[in-house]
Parts: sequence; C-alpha cells; structure tokens
Amino acid sequence: MKTVNQKAWFFVLPVLLLVAFNALVPIMTVVNYSVQETFGNNQFFWEGLGWFQQLLRSERFHAALGRQFLFTGMILAIEIPLGIVIALSMPKKGFWVPVCLVLMALPMLIPWNVVGSMWNIFTLPGIGLMGYFLNEVLGIPYDMTQQPIAAWITIIVMDVWHWTSLVVLLCYAGLVSIPDAYYQAAKIDGASPWKVFRYIQLPKMRTVLTIAVLLRFMDSFNIYTEPFTLTGGGPGNSTTLLSIDLVKIALGQFDLGPAAAMSLIYFAITLFVSWLFYTLMTRDDQR
Amino acid sequence: MAKITLENLRHSYLPNPAAEDDYALKRIDHVWEDGGAYALLGPSGCGKSTLLNIISGLLAPSEGRILFDETDVTRLPPDRRNIAQVFQFPVIYDTMTVYDNLAFPLRNRGRSEDVVARRVTAIAEMLEVTAMLNTRASHLSPDNKQKISMGRGLVREDVNVVMFDEPLTVIDPHLKWKLRSKLKELHHRVRATMIYVTHDQTEALTFADQVVVMDLGVIVQIGTPVELFERPAHTFVGHFIGSPGMNVLPCEVRDGAAFFNGVQVPLEGRITGTGARTEIGIRPEFVSLAPGGLEGRVRKVADLGRHAVVEAMVGDTRVSAIVEGPVPAQGEVVSLAFRPDQTRLYADGWLATEAGR
Repeated sequence: MKTVNQKAWFFVLPVLLLVAFNALVPIMTVVNYSVQETFGNNQFFWEGLGWFQQLLRSERFHAALGRQFLFTGMILAIEIPLGIVIALSMPKKGFWVPVCLVLMALPMLIPWNVVGSMWNIFTLPGIGLMGYFLNEVLGIPYDMTQQPIAAWITIIVMDVWHWTSLVVLLCYAGLVSIPDAYYQAAKIDGASPWKVFRYIQLPKMRTVLTIAVLLRFMDSFNIYTEPFTLTGGGPGNSTTLLSIDLVKIALGQFDLGPAAAMSLIYFAITLFVSWLFYTLMTRDDQR
Repeated sequence: MAKITLENLRHSYLPNPAAEDDYALKRIDHVWEDGGAYALLGPSGCGKSTLLNIISGLLAPSEGRILFDETDVTRLPPDRRNIAQVFQFPVIYDTMTVYDNLAFPLRNRGRSEDVVARRVTAIAEMLEVTAMLNTRASHLSPDNKQKISMGRGLVREDVNVVMFDEPLTVIDPHLKWKLRSKLKELHHRVRATMIYVTHDQTEALTFADQVVVMDLGVIVQIGTPVELFERPAHTFVGHFIGSPGMNVLPCEVRDGAAFFNGVQVPLEGRITGTGARTEIGIRPEFVSLAPGGLEGRVRKVADLGRHAVVEAMVGDTRVSAIVEGPVPAQGEVVSLAFRPDQTRLYADGWLATEAGR
C-alpha cells in the first residue's frame, strides 16, 4: 500500500520561493517589458507581440545571431578536439602532473575583462608583442581595430587560450579514472591506438565531454566581457555578438521593449540548443 | 597452445636493485605444461600478479627468459604472444554489443567475418550468453561482464595460455561457485593452458590440477591440492592452506630427535637437515585428544558444526586440534596426541624430515 502524504509539499516550498525570487520574478519583469512600449516617466503602452515580430524580421538581429553562431561554432570546433588532444598527451603520473594542472588552470583564474585588455594590448600593431612581431618583423599587416578578419582571429584565439583548459581538465579527469586493466586488455586484444581511443577513452570521457560541450556552448553563446573589452564589437559591427548588440539596444539606445524581447529570444535559443546538445550526447545511454 | 618455460626469472620495480629484498620476484624457474590447469596461490604482494604480467608481456622481466615452446618471447609485446588475460575487474568495451566485444580480438587480427561469426557463436554457446549477443555490453551484470571478458580470451582458437588475475573478486558469492565450475568445464573443453591467480585457497584448490604457492617473490611449493595439504614443503604453505592452518611449534633438535616444550615428539621419519630455527609442523586434523600426548590447557573452543576447533596452550605455544564428538570445556587440561606419520620437522621454514614408510 502506498500512503498518500501531502506534507512533502512543505519541503519543496523553500526552494520554490528561492527560485521564484532569483529566476521567475526577474524573467517575468523582462516578459512584462517585452510586450510594452515606454517613453520614460514610468508610462507604459501595450505593444503586444510587436517587438518580437520586429526583431525576428530585423536584419541587424539576424546578422548578430549569425555572428554569434559562427563564433560559438568555431570555438567549439577548436576547443573540444584540442582539449581532448592535450588531455591525452598529459602525463598520468609523476612530478609533471601537478605542474601541468597548474599551468592549465592559470588562464581560467584571470578575470575576464583583464583577459580582454591583455589581448588588446598584446595584439596592438605598434606596441603589442604579437602585433609588433607580426607587422614589423614578419611584415604581415595585422590590426584588429581596422581589419574584421584580424578582429575575428583575435577573439577566437583569445577564447581558445582562455577556455581550452576547462575542456582539458574535464577530459583529464575522465581519462585518469580509466583503470589500467582496460589498456592492458586492449593490448592483449591487439587493439590499435585509434581503437583504444575510440572504444575505451572516448566512451569513458563521454559524460565529462557532455558537460564540457554544454558549459562551453552556454558560456561562449552568452560571452560579453572579453570581446567587448577587446574590440567593442568592431571594427564596424564585425564582431558585434548577440550580447554586445543587446547591451547596445538596452543601455545605448534605451529601447527597453525591443531589448526585453531580444533577451527572451536569446534565452530561448540558448535553452533550445543546450537541450539539443544534451539530448544528442546522452541519447546512447537510453538505448 | 604451448608449454611455457620460465628461466631464471627475476624482476624488480626499482631501476637499480641491489639487495635481495629489492626484487618483487626473487628467482623463478618453472615449466607450465601444455594444457594444464594451474593455480598461482599466495597472499597479496607475494609477486603473483607480477609473474602473470611477465608471462603476458605487460611487464618485461629484469632478468631471465620466457619461452613459449622453444620460442623466446621475453621481449615480445602482449599482442604478439597470443595469450589471453582476464582481469580482476571485468573489462568490456561499453559501447559495443556483446557480439562485437567477443569479435574484437579477431577483427583486430584481420580475420574474415565468416571466421568471426563461427568463433563468436561457438564461444557464446559455451559461455551460455547466446541470448545476450545483441545487447549492449554496458547493460550486463558483473558476472556476465566477467564471462564476456573470459570469452574475449577464449575466442581466438590458438591462444597459448589463458590467465586469470583473481577474476571472481567482484562477483557475488552465490555466482562465484557457478562461474568457477564453468571455468573448470571450459578448461576441459578447450584444453588450453590456464593459469589462475588467486589468494583464495578454495578457488585455487577447486580449479587447479597443480597449485603453485608463492610467498615473498619465490615459489614455495608446487603440487596437487592433496600434496599441498598433506606434505607442505614450507611452514608458509602449511599455514596458508587449511583452516585453521598447520600448527607450527618451535622445537629443539638434539641427538636426531625433536623436543617441544622439553618433551620428545616422534616424527614421520629421519631428520635430514637443521637450521637456526627449527619447528614441528602438524595439521590440526591430525591432533587428537587422546591420552599419552602433550598436556595443554584449553583456551578457546570454536564449534563449527561438523567438528570443533580446540585451541590449547602448551607452555606459551598455541596448539589447535580438530575434534569430532564431545569437546572439553575452557580451562580444562587435556592431552594432545600427534599422529607421528603426519608430524614433520621444518628447518628455517623448509621441510626437513624424510617421509615415513
């Protein structure tokens, strides 16, 4: 016999209140703004779904969204394989393990706006080490304040430098948890190094890789501080990612309605893509 | 299938071993006959896993040679030795089906799919896993996973030797017995040389025709389970095998006779050697409570159902006896009689009496 006891709801209540105050209430405020127009003076006019329609048809939004997907796609395509390769080549035991781990963790310890400033100075043509070297020594024109390509290369290299470590550390944790017997059995079974990777290391890393991909996706999709301090979205609009554009609309132009509508769409896309990744990567477990 | 010869094998995990104690394997000279079922028995840290890894090629010995039949394989990697090894924890390839797991060693060696299908079906039949062939291996229970690990070893038709490194450690007790008899049956069917490493004497004694007992990096005795039980060549074997183990009583040797606690104890035969440390060894099974023996005070009685283990103190030494029938009370003084033909002398740990007629 199952006993029915409604008392359990009381235990859920504190969490419900907490979630309400730190998530539901702010989101509802944004929802509130997104369907209204204001000209200041705390006066609001009903707008319906107008902002959403306008935004979804706006070329400016399409362009920012496209740049955002390009950026996230590129950093995922670089950081995930690179992270796996670095984790595979790190020592498994001995003196060099802590050295490698500390070196790997260093970039992640630096505040985000410092990372942006660092790379800004580093790549400046006249004074930056890299900028000077490329322009003056190698004779390759490289100026991220003038060339969109240079700006893109800089933000991507910066993100790879900043965040590949996260993938490395997660993968490394997955790798060291594989018992020696697996490698020994694979040797006896005559498996090639590729098969060892494909059938032992990759399956054992899958859980942590799922986490790595999700974290890197969400983080890079919402990235603001580093590209903003680095390029400010320029030159022109060439590195204006979604969040930079959003801030321009909300705080630069003070268009609260469109900004709120954009936030919600932005949020929905992030949520949907995260769900998609998660479902695809854990699909194998259900079988 | 092959005969495996170990010649003057020594191994140390240190780069520059100097003292004898630096060696995990002190000196092994042994021939494993083709098609035999061997158990390698010893306590944790005695070097049995080291020896196994040297035979499989996962470890290169510091000194000595390994021959498979007449071929020197000392420097060959594991995949070129054509051996199979089953580990303590079941190793399976999670993302593959049971069929693909069993086929893996064959496919890696470039066998045609016809051969693969034939061998996998045959092995699955033998292990009774045919019904699971198409399930993902990660969904299996531990005992079935261990069966698949065994199957991957047996699937190659010509393995030289199959080695088991404590394969039943993670298996539930009631399934252990089943898997153990399965192993025995498999040995009869495939007739491959099998070496089974364990620290559990029951596992060793039920599986093997020949048991190799190791301690501190040396082989102490090789024999059938009966030989190990009846005539331990070393006090370690006497102590390690049997429950409770052999009584080992410090004694004095004078004029070709042994004296324990000042009383002469008749031995099975002539004393063949002596050493700094001499001991009398007798199994509790051959100690009886009968008049005319040594006097001892009963310290503890453990009733095990079919028989009782009586522990008595003779002087400062503890002597165990297995007693059927009425048992004495604690504190009682009893007379402990040793069966002379089962009473042996050990000098510095090693057997030092001739067998009785």
